[in-house]
Amino acid sequence: MIQFRDLRKAFNGRPVLDGFTLDVEDGETMVIIGFSGAGKSVALKHVVGLLPPDGGDVIVDGRAVSQLDRAGLTALRGEVGYVFQFAALFDSLTVEENVALGLVRRRLPEREITTRVQDALRLVDLPDTGSRYPAELSGGMRKRVGIARAIALRPRYILYDEPTTGLDPVTSAVMDQLMVRTQEQLGVTGIVVTHDMRSAYTVGDRIAMLYEGRVRQVGSVAEIQGSSDPIVRQFIEGRPA
Amino acid sequence: MIDRVGRYALDRVRAAGRLGHFLADLVRAVPDVATWRGPLVVQMRKIGVDSLPVAMFIAAFTGVVLALQASYTFTGTVPLYIVGTVVAKSMMLELGPVLTGLALSGRVGASVAAELGTMRVTEQVDALETLAYDPMAYLVMPRVLAGTVMVPLVVALGIVVGIITGWLTSLSLIHLSTPEFVKGLKLLYQFKDTWFGLAKSASFGMTITLVGCRLGLDTWGGAEGVGRSTMRAVVFSAMLILALDAFWAVVLL
Repeated sequence: MIQFRDLRKAFNGRPVLDGFTLDVEDGETMVIIGFSGAGKSVALKHVVGLLPPDGGDVIVDGRAVSQLDRAGLTALRGEVGYVFQFAALFDSLTVEENVALGLVRRRLPEREITTRVQDALRLVDLPDTGSRYPAELSGGMRKRVGIARAIALRPRYILYDEPTTGLDPVTSAVMDQLMVRTQEQLGVTGIVVTHDMRSAYTVGDRIAMLYEGRVRQVGSVAEIQGSSDPIVRQFIEGRPA
Repeated sequence: MIDRVGRYALDRVRAAGRLGHFLADLVRAVPDVATWRGPLVVQMRKIGVDSLPVAMFIAAFTGVVLALQASYTFTGTVPLYIVGTVVAKSMMLELGPVLTGLALSGRVGASVAAELGTMRVTEQVDALETLAYDPMAYLVMPRVLAGTVMVPLVVALGIVVGIITGWLTSLSLIHLSTPEFVKGLKLLYQFKDTWFGLAKSASFGMTITLVGCRLGLDTWGGAEGVGRSTMRAVVFSAMLILALDAFWAVVLL
């Protein structure tokens, strides 16, 4: 279970998260929506300690992330797969090497690494791209490799940062299917940060809207679709202010 | 005015604190040999072997100019074999290390800062951390170690090349015989000439890579930020090389 507890973060004096509180239950996919710059990605980075909070904390299975020492943080990161907005693949490594990198760190046997890399690439429908470099892939393929790199670790949690941003509608739908399939086959708990409402409705068990640094509304897909909150309605309908 | 001075002072203190953290984290990464051993070989090639052409080019022409300028200065006043002394001493003590260091502050410093800066702004450094790698062990340690080890080797080869081109220039243009050139070469030679230049080069290599890594990892603001870090890495490492050069001269000579 991941719990955001009164999380506060400011950059250059401007508060981005201002008492963000949210519980993500085991096995569910929670979608966090919100306007650009609302702090969705910032919240996600706190889960794996990439950013230190100014106040509050994120609790992962009872562990307060900001209180963890180096070893504790390494152990936590071993349980979390992180899919970055622009995939964040390493340019100098092939697709296979990118996917294997986290497994090499865990000092798994060579054979197991190969098997896991192949399985992960198959799951994201990219079984024959292992020897290619990220620069040779399209944006959608790179994002799928990013997912493969995350799931190869067999994590308990997967965090997706804007997984469909910059993709055409068809490729976005493929990404959505992939996230649903990953959740179904691996049973992982997921947090998806997005402002793509079609994607949110497809992959989310619950949706939380982040507004002015805190949760404006959280509920099932149906509850969000039927929300009477003017801010939520404006966002999900994509209406200008 | 007071507000501005105070803000500037606070910024400097913060920067010093961040540098202290950076160095402490680097020291903490030293025992993580399993992580930095692999990338070290790649960085030794990139920083050392790939820098050889530019370093040899500089050394070759420096040797030529040294021999010609020495003969021009000494003609009629000092025995001409002193040209050998000037070429060797200058190459070993000063021009070999400093000119190579300045050239590598551009080639290596810029490349390290740009590479790590790009990795920072494209979240590759964050990705490394989420894969449980320590960026200090995986990215910084191999570069700093490779710089410290390989720059003296590059400089050593540069010194040899500079002396050879100085000797060839002496033979062909100022009509100094080989025995005379060698006599000058040996005249005031001390073993300290060799180790002083190489030790200084090691400090230059460490400085260039440390500055490149520090500024690269501190990059923010997309492509413009990468450009800013790269430019600062070249300027700072060149300035530090000249300051270190003076420091070692005061301390060791």
